[in-house]
Amino acid sequence: MDRMLGKKRYIAIFVLPALLLFICFVVAPLVATGIYSLFEYDGIGTMKFLGLNNYIELFTKDRYFPKALMNSLILAGASIFIQIPISLLLAIILARGIKGEKVFRTIYFVPVVISSMVIGQLWMKIFNSQYGLLNILIGFITGQKFEFSWLSTPSTAFFTTVVPAVWQYIGYHMLIFYAGIKSIPTDYYEAARIDGASNRQISFKITLPLMTPVIKTCLLFALTGSFRAFDLIYVMTGGGPNHASEVPGTLMYNSLFRRGLYGYGSAQAFFIVIECLVFSYIISRMFKKSEENASVI
Amino acid sequence: MKKVKKRILFIILILIAIAQLFPLYWLITFSLKSNIEIFGENVLGLPRDWRWINYVTALSDGGVLRYFLNSIFYSGTTVVVTGIITAMAGYAIARMKWKLKNYVFGFFALGIMIPTQAALLPLFQVLDKLGLKGGYIGLLIPYISFAIPMSLMILVSFYKGIPKEMEEAAYIDGCGVLRCFATIILPIIKPALATASIFTFLGTWNELMFANTLVDSSDFRTLPVGIMSFSGQYSTDWGLIGAAMVIATLPTIIVYFFLSNQVQESLVMGAVKG
Repeated sequence: MDRMLGKKRYIAIFVLPALLLFICFVVAPLVATGIYSLFEYDGIGTMKFLGLNNYIELFTKDRYFPKALMNSLILAGASIFIQIPISLLLAIILARGIKGEKVFRTIYFVPVVISSMVIGQLWMKIFNSQYGLLNILIGFITGQKFEFSWLSTPSTAFFTTVVPAVWQYIGYHMLIFYAGIKSIPTDYYEAARIDGASNRQISFKITLPLMTPVIKTCLLFALTGSFRAFDLIYVMTGGGPNHASEVPGTLMYNSLFRRGLYGYGSAQAFFIVIECLVFSYIISRMFKKSEENASVI
Repeated sequence: MKKVKKRILFIILILIAIAQLFPLYWLITFSLKSNIEIFGENVLGLPRDWRWINYVTALSDGGVLRYFLNSIFYSGTTVVVTGIITAMAGYAIARMKWKLKNYVFGFFALGIMIPTQAALLPLFQVLDKLGLKGGYIGLLIPYISFAIPMSLMILVSFYKGIPKEMEEAAYIDGCGVLRCFATIILPIIKPALATASIFTFLGTWNELMFANTLVDSSDFRTLPVGIMSFSGQYSTDWGLIGAAMVIATLPTIIVYFFLSNQVQESLVMGAVKG
């Protein structure tokens, strides 16, 4: 068997299709983007080397990039401080065993499998100024007709897109937490109960510490997902009105495909990659200690 | 006291379930209504007059049928091709004897971290140079390439957990590598292939950025992009847009309805590996 499985010819036949596609159409384009980001380039003319100037410009001259970055951080904050706590709470309640556990789990997860295009279009209708559900509800409560265009008012546009973003992935985080809780051996709980621990004590002293790896996964997911955000915002506002709801992803898209700024747009794209890598590294470092503690317990 | 607390928790669960489902209920009901009902007479209730004609119009006049078939083709091909090539690569990484295999595996694993944005422009240029941009193959190539890392991670971790006895017996009996892979290995890894396929299917079916950038002609458009242009065209006819959106969502909901446990497992596994 070892002789058969050591033959170079078979190894090549088995690995190369996937490896070549991956190198040619994932890795090479990524490297090319990194290289473009150091040049001034419009796709047709000559490339002029700029060093890191494109990146410096993002923070010194670009009128929209700092704001877009701020928006993606707000989105990340909403994920971490609204979505994740709700999901964790739901997971803890469900995992404790409540009537209809599986039904609830299934329902919460439904929005996750729907495309962000549909989610975006649907919430645009909910926020519609004349006929949207939200304004009708406000009108019903206050007793007078209420018209406000949430998505075309600069001060509310971005926050309006955050709502469906948070809404859609509650079920995803809930399920990751739920799977994490279920993987904790039940004898830990039994031992704690015998020692007279209360539900609250069990949640905070056993469940939460043992869940740190899962919490790390969710944090990473929320952060990198927010940095890459594109679909929902592209569908709902396109970054407008007047650039109020831009995120780095929509700015990059505009630079590349509307304005033909290949070098500068590549710097915006590559910045997102670097941002994801840096934050992944920071989170892994932050959790290293608490993961070690968790394994001691 | 305990009972009261339990009841409160139960109410919280129900409220959030309503919040998660209500927008979808609204979508389905307004997809079957006329503007008169949607815009005032009957905002929340079931349709009084069930306008299935919205679906017929969307499918025929709006071109949604074409987009639907395109999306089925893109997703189906991506699932099958990705499944086969990652099952093979996974086998080579998990079982075959070669020096670089751990490095190659680590290299693939890095791919999970790469956001699609970061490859968009060079892909656009390369596919354009090759004359593939704008056609089926020009979109399938990035779909398959970007689906490889996750599918491979799921499969390799499964390979590592299955015993080697069956293969060993086959090799001793003189079975060749390719035949052994096709007749013995593939049936064993079916559950992992299902998990990986669900992940690939959902990702491809719902993908927006590549589809929006790499395809111009409406003949090759996917549902997400098609419906975006469709809703621009018919922006005042909510029932029609709703019908198109329901059609776009139906396949994923059907898959989810029948395989909810596998879908949940697949997506959780994806998150944990990433």
